Amino acid sequence: MEYLKKYPKLFQWLFLLIVFFALCFAIDVPETYKFIRGQAEFVKDPNQSVYFFLGKEVRYYAFDVFWRLPPLLGWLPIWINDSLFFLMNEWMPMEFWNEDTQEFKTRPILLQISRNLTAFMTFLIELIREILLGGLETIVAFTSWDFIDAYPWLELPGLPWTIVAAGAAILSYKLSGKGLALFAGLTMIYISIFGQWKPSMQTLSFILVAAPLSFIFGLGLGIAAYKSKRVEKALYPILLVMQTMPQYAVLVPALVLFGVGDHAAVIITMVVAVPPMILLTILGLRAIPPEVIEAGRMSGCTNWQLMLKVLIPTARRDILIGVNQVIMVCFSMAVISAFIGAKGLGFNLLLALNQLNIGLALEAGLCISLIAILLDKMSLAWANKQTDYFGNLTFFQRNKNVIFFAASFVIGIILAYVGTFIFKGSFNYLFEIPHNKGISTADFWNKGVDWIFDTFFVYIKAFNTWLIQDVLQPMRALYLRMPAVATLVLAVGAGYLIGGIRSALVVAALTLFIALSPWWDRALVTLYMATFGVVISCLIGFTVGTLCFQNKKSAAFMLGVCDIFQTFPSFVYLIPVMMLFGITDTSVLIAVIVYATIPATRYTIEGLRSVPVGLHEAATMSGVNKLQRLTKIEFPLAFPHMMLGLNQTIVFALFMVIIGAFIGTEDLGQYILKALSDKNGAGIGLTLGICVAFIGLIFDNLIRTWVEKRKKHLGIA
Amino acid sequence: MSETVIKCESVYKIFGENAKKMLEESNGNVDAKTFQEKGCIVGVNNASFEVAKGEMLVVMGLSGSGKSTLLRCISRLTDATGGKIFIEGQDLLELNNKELIELRRSKMGMVFQSFALLPHKTVVENIAFPLQIKGTKTEESINRAMEMVKLVGLDGRENYFPRELSGGQQQRVGIARSLAVEPDIWFLDEPFSALDPLIRKEMQDEFLRLQEKLQKTIMFITHDFDEALKLADRIAIMKDGIIEQLDTPANIVLNPATEYVRKFTEEVPREKVLIIEDVMDASSKDNLGDLKVSKDEIIENVAEKILTQEKIVAVVDSENNIVGSIKPSKIIDTVFGGRKNGS
Repeated sequence: MEYLKKYPKLFQWLFLLIVFFALCFAIDVPETYKFIRGQAEFVKDPNQSVYFFLGKEVRYYAFDVFWRLPPLLGWLPIWINDSLFFLMNEWMPMEFWNEDTQEFKTRPILLQISRNLTAFMTFLIELIREILLGGLETIVAFTSWDFIDAYPWLELPGLPWTIVAAGAAILSYKLSGKGLALFAGLTMIYISIFGQWKPSMQTLSFILVAAPLSFIFGLGLGIAAYKSKRVEKALYPILLVMQTMPQYAVLVPALVLFGVGDHAAVIITMVVAVPPMILLTILGLRAIPPEVIEAGRMSGCTNWQLMLKVLIPTARRDILIGVNQVIMVCFSMAVISAFIGAKGLGFNLLLALNQLNIGLALEAGLCISLIAILLDKMSLAWANKQTDYFGNLTFFQRNKNVIFFAASFVIGIILAYVGTFIFKGSFNYLFEIPHNKGISTADFWNKGVDWIFDTFFVYIKAFNTWLIQDVLQPMRALYLRMPAVATLVLAVGAGYLIGGIRSALVVAALTLFIALSPWWDRALVTLYMATFGVVISCLIGFTVGTLCFQNKKSAAFMLGVCDIFQTFPSFVYLIPVMMLFGITDTSVLIAVIVYATIPATRYTIEGLRSVPVGLHEAATMSGVNKLQRLTKIEFPLAFPHMMLGLNQTIVFALFMVIIGAFIGTEDLGQYILKALSDKNGAGIGLTLGICVAFIGLIFDNLIRTWVEKRKKHLGIA
Repeated sequence: MSETVIKCESVYKIFGENAKKMLEESNGNVDAKTFQEKGCIVGVNNASFEVAKGEMLVVMGLSGSGKSTLLRCISRLTDATGGKIFIEGQDLLELNNKELIELRRSKMGMVFQSFALLPHKTVVENIAFPLQIKGTKTEESINRAMEMVKLVGLDGRENYFPRELSGGQQQRVGIARSLAVEPDIWFLDEPFSALDPLIRKEMQDEFLRLQEKLQKTIMFITHDFDEALKLADRIAIMKDGIIEQLDTPANIVLNPATEYVRKFTEEVPREKVLIIEDVMDASSKDNLGDLKVSKDEIIENVAEKILTQEKIVAVVDSENNIVGSIKPSKIIDTVFGGRKNGS
């Protein structure tokens, strides 16, 4: 009784666990149960039950309600599909003038809008692509093919790679300094001589279109949300879901609305990249000291002047951090969009992975990683750069970067021209190095991979078998053994114990959505993979973080490493693991672990760092030794922040598990991949995406609520 | 008194959802406690006062007393819940947005506790900001701003950014900015509170020098009673949104209206605040010695002179007419005795 009073929470948790396990044992596995690849499959099976909702036929395997809830939301994907189809093909037909056939044509309005949007995006991408690579589509858009035939010199020649490289270096120098300039130059040269120029520029042009558009929309919506509570309230749930939604999942609806290609990828990239921009805009505007706003008002600013001359410049840094986020999201989308036919590096990577050409994949991956780091560093340097006074500089000092660029432009063109004489008959290497004419180390890597396989095959195989048979399979079986009702009780109970009735309701709603969707089993598999990844990631992350924290230099180094790793698009992580473990669950899990360890490590170091210096000194003066200080002071205080790290770890792990479907797993991700090639896939893809997002949100809600309470309790909120 | 510039009539500021309705129901009898129970917080409670042209009114109060809220009502950075505010006879609360902006552009200047400089503009650009907002030509506004830079003694630093300046220097920029449009009314919201004591004193002296030259109508907010005594023509002491007492510094020290005000005055060195006129005996003008002191002299400055006299000292006005007398013992009384009875 005494203990009960002393640790009431502990006993509540114990009670919850007892109820959970009791339910697990009380509810038997139905004899007919087997892991179903998905409730409500469209293949008909005599064992299935059927119900009708809103005129839609939903088929599913019926079980005891306690074991698996019937997929009452099974109509949702079908319904989304049909609605989309209706909107696109039947809703509000209108007369539109058709330029090609010179007549009016009846088309549904949404289809027309989608076509116009598509045309606009395609034009923008083409324009930038042709500036970088050359071409004549843009000019044709303004004139006609006949015109081009008459004046063939009108074709845009494209920039020689030397000019782009010089431009990148000069811009980096202006933003940051010599170090970054050198890195930029070397990256560009690497890209060029390894023959990755064309796909890189394609990817770059994609970003140059998607990022500014996302920035404009994000900034606009962010300002609107800052100004109006109502807009903010309307945006908030969308922002929340978008943050935990795997980028992969939004590709499917885009496919339906905008078709295959770069334009669809740009539009869907905006959908993903706008939310972080909105969040950071709101954050930045909120962080402006109220007195600065008052000073602006007292200076007699109108609302517009206040926004343009006071608020936005003052929030400059946060807004530019938003730009950094936008660029990074755009870049990782540029890679993933390869699935819906976007050209560029991602496409090459996907192709190489599909052919199991690890060497080529590695080269493309390295290229992607280098560009990611470069873009990240450049945009961060821009955000952190403070304006300098330039009134007293000479004309040359003020414009030296422009002058240097102009000079390198001229030199580049001369070089390219000279090149036409040197490389007569073959390719002009000073202009552009074609994809297959660059240096390639692919063979070397492929041989390396073969060697690794030949040499270590036995060990890798043994490890693989052990992991899959003795760890993963039992774990998976355990997860699938959980009756739906028991899982619900556990989730809701945890919600109640952590955040009271409110949290319990939120968690209940999110869990029920997944349980009532047709993919509960797959959600459990996703969860098991994520759990496995998260547990190991946290073990590694917390240990490494704590060890690195012991020394200032190593801590800073580790944070730098985390920074760099975080900029890589998640797809890249699949390359090395496939190299070693081939196409197995082990590969996916190792990629998950590597990827998810980043936030775990980062947050551990940051959490430990945030312990106030005063407390350190107080502890030292009380005569604690290093270990005591760590366990009695630093860990308890850093724990809330570390839990936020856990939150991030879960989101990262979920993302990676879903992407891992590309290698082949049996979770929700596989279905998303499948939906990509299904003409009825939009509804399924979207619903699956929401399911994954909700898994993330359940943990997000629980952890955040707990952290807030704990921080308040510790007085460090 | 001369012409009234700022006039407040029963101004209320109540934060909360149904503030307006509750204020109407209460008929002007606002009790902070009952309001708080209903979820409203009283910021300013029935403030009525006038500020004359060229006068400096210092509003003193501890944090949460509503002094800053009062200032923001008068500058209409927040809208008062009830009451009327007149600026040079214009009803402030009746102005539409355009008129309000016009008023701020021409008549008002404000200095902030945290300086509130724009981080992306240089000193001179910050100072020129209100002018440029108004639509003044760039060259003209920069010239004017350079004059202000000289006025506040920042010559040579005009191209620095705020982040490169010390706190005191930043506040000089803040002051210069607020004066750039030559406002008639000058609001200062705890301008020196964020500064070190030594710099604070320097800035107060600087501020007095400026005011002597410019003769603005000023509302000055502070939580420092000594600062209020040093600067004010009149002081308003606020507590829980209510103005407890509004009077000259001497009267506040001599006759605190409430217990709360008295607590502040207890520790104040009287000889630094009071002038001879406050303590002289105006009725007896006989048996005077040779020494004459001006009635406007602060006691501290002449105490030593008076105390070395054996006879009664004559008090004269600016035209050298005798208006009263003062005994050396009265000085001792004022300096050492007065504090205990608190009157």
